[in-house]
Amino acid sequence: MADPVAAGRAEPRGTRPRRALSRRNVMLYGVLIVVALYYLLPLYVMVVTSLKGMPEIRLGNIFSPPMEITFEPWVKAWSEACTGLNCDGLSRGFWNSVRITVPSVVLSIAIASVNGYALANWRFRGSEVFFAILIFGAFIPYQVMLYPIVIMLREIGLYGTLSGLVLVHTIFGMPILTLLFRNYFASVPEELFKAARVDGAGFWGIYFKIMLPMSLPIFVVAIILQVTGIWNDFLFGVVYTKPDTYPMTVQLNNIVNSVQGVKEYNVNMAATIITGLVPLVIYFISGKLFVRGIAAGAVKG
Amino acid sequence: MNQMTNPAATSVAVKDLRLAYGSLTILDDLSLDIGEGEFIVLLGPSGCGKSTLLNCIAGLLDITDGQIWIKGRNVTWEEPKDRGIGMVFQSYALYPQMTVRGNLAFGLKNAGLPRGEIDKRIARAAEILQIQPLLDRKPAALSGGQRQRVAIGRALVRDVDVFLFDEPLSNLDAKLRSELRVEIKRLHQQLRNTMIYVTHDQIEALTLADRIAVMRGGIIQQLADPKTIYNKPANLFVAGFIGSPAMTFLKGQIGERDGVRTFEAGGSTIALDQYRGEVPARGTAVILGVRPEHVAAGHVAAGHGAAGHGAAGHGAAGHGATGAGGAAAKVEIDEPMGSDSLLWLRFAGQALSARAPAEHGFKAGDAVSLGFDISKASLFDTETEQRL
Ligand SMILES: Nc1ncnc2c1ncn2[C@@H]1O[C@H](COP(=O)(O)OP(=O)(O)OP(=O)(O)O)[C@@H](O)[C@H]1O
Ligand SMILES: [Mg+2]
Repeated sequence: MADPVAAGRAEPRGTRPRRALSRRNVMLYGVLIVVALYYLLPLYVMVVTSLKGMPEIRLGNIFSPPMEITFEPWVKAWSEACTGLNCDGLSRGFWNSVRITVPSVVLSIAIASVNGYALANWRFRGSEVFFAILIFGAFIPYQVMLYPIVIMLREIGLYGTLSGLVLVHTIFGMPILTLLFRNYFASVPEELFKAARVDGAGFWGIYFKIMLPMSLPIFVVAIILQVTGIWNDFLFGVVYTKPDTYPMTVQLNNIVNSVQGVKEYNVNMAATIITGLVPLVIYFISGKLFVRGIAAGAVKG
Repeated sequence: MNQMTNPAATSVAVKDLRLAYGSLTILDDLSLDIGEGEFIVLLGPSGCGKSTLLNCIAGLLDITDGQIWIKGRNVTWEEPKDRGIGMVFQSYALYPQMTVRGNLAFGLKNAGLPRGEIDKRIARAAEILQIQPLLDRKPAALSGGQRQRVAIGRALVRDVDVFLFDEPLSNLDAKLRSELRVEIKRLHQQLRNTMIYVTHDQIEALTLADRIAVMRGGIIQQLADPKTIYNKPANLFVAGFIGSPAMTFLKGQIGERDGVRTFEAGGSTIALDQYRGEVPARGTAVILGVRPEHVAAGHVAAGHGAAGHGAAGHGAAGHGATGAGGAAAKVEIDEPMGSDSLLWLRFAGQALSARAPAEHGFKAGDAVSLGFDISKASLFDTETEQRL
């Protein structure tokens, strides 16, 4: 209706007037506000607590804003808090997590996207069986594989190292990511693929020049899934790494659950927020792309 | 099939091709020789294996058995790009992230052609197809007709020997379809390339083809020029598939009157002396296929032998028509089709259609006398369904 030509005609213009306080709106926004409060309240408590000093916390009023804002707990959480023998705070875990997450995400997505592409477009002999086995892998409970993997990693000398954990994450991401990419590539019209073959593009040529440029949304989905999944992982981190190489989540647990000394609630809150910040930031910057990617089941050619 | 082409002049030869998905055989023992510069149309109902055959020729499907030869070379196991073919698809299949220019250049870049040559070829193709103003647009910004032009251009720039079209016009509306149809014909006359064209639209087939291969169930039913296909369909299936409005079939048997073989059905007889083909012995059960335009309906009041006159003074039907021996037919339905009308009649207890001029003056329920142009009709064996 933003047609400039139509504007000249004697038609009702502008948005249709609506009553702001209709029953429907009151209900709708009422529910939305209540739900939002329900989710935001814990976050609020965490933020205010992390900005208070310990004496103030001991007063016990967890909902009151800080009388005196202090960033001391944040600094302590980041660079001074002790876990075991290390007293360099969460920063060590943060960098470990970065060194785990980045290569795991890149590797798993690179491999899985090629897997999915090959399975969707180059039906080779046995590809159905291969795919079935891969998907079956997604249904085996992790617990069953925890210990065998410890042994395997030890045998190849990667147990307790970051590379070992990267390997584990890459492998465990494979079934679901392959499925994701396969389904996406399968929805790309087959004739496009045929046209590219007639035009002389090979396996990699079609992948890089035709498929990749069309698949940004699904890559975004995969990146978000993997970054949040791997960043938030606790189980694999605690099993396959050592204190030196613990990812952030494990270190957070060790800080928060440390039994020595007094419980420093403000430091714990700050540490928790810092740890959760990475997935949060990812969601904020990619929210729109994520929704588009999820909705992009059927791409048009 | 029956006509052997000189191997030297053969552009595409399919030899004993078999294609199966597991135990499901789609094409079995299919052979097809296509001459240099010939325009072949593969025509058939949905699912009969036209695309499958085309994909086998293109090298996009691994065949189960047999050979494909293009330009005297056995290309059975060669990659599509090495076969000297270009292909145009129903859904256009343009690369969405590239401009039109990028789409045209893609194959050439893959072939490692120098920049200057690529530009030259794109310019030429763009001129032939009149898509110069579109070169820097993305496919999403093009209409269906423009997209299909670009898709044709993509085959054109590659300078291929053989063009393969898989229902290139099926996604277009009727007007664009007829426009682009003419354009493809012009392109063929200009380039003289071999073209293999898949469609299930018989108008496209009849207008474009040098020869039509009518397929059903993975088998070529008849391979012949459009005239032959239309006038002498090899069997019942081809006869019923080609022609719109469709041929009608009358069941009956061969009789004889005054030394002339006749077709008898429900007490009516039609003399077969004009039939171009072999009329079987008396008493044989046959099916007579006549096209609506070869049946003329006349007013009964005009008396005997008037079949050729009156409303039936229409086209070839009146000419050389044989009287139906006073057999009465009744008009059941009148379907006006603009320039003329299609009359649905009941003749000898069976449905029969006839073409009549728009102002034929018949009403439903009217009795009419019929004239048949038997020289253009077809007799089929009831058992084998083959033309006699
Ligand atoms: N991958 C496949 N696996 C099994 N059967 C298949 C496969 N692809 C095609 N077919 C079958 O092969 C037959 C021929 O298919 P084809 O696509 O060649 O038909 P078509 O003549 O092109 O039909 P249309 O006019 O609908 O395009 C169909 O019966 C189809 O079901
Ligand atoms: Mg098809």
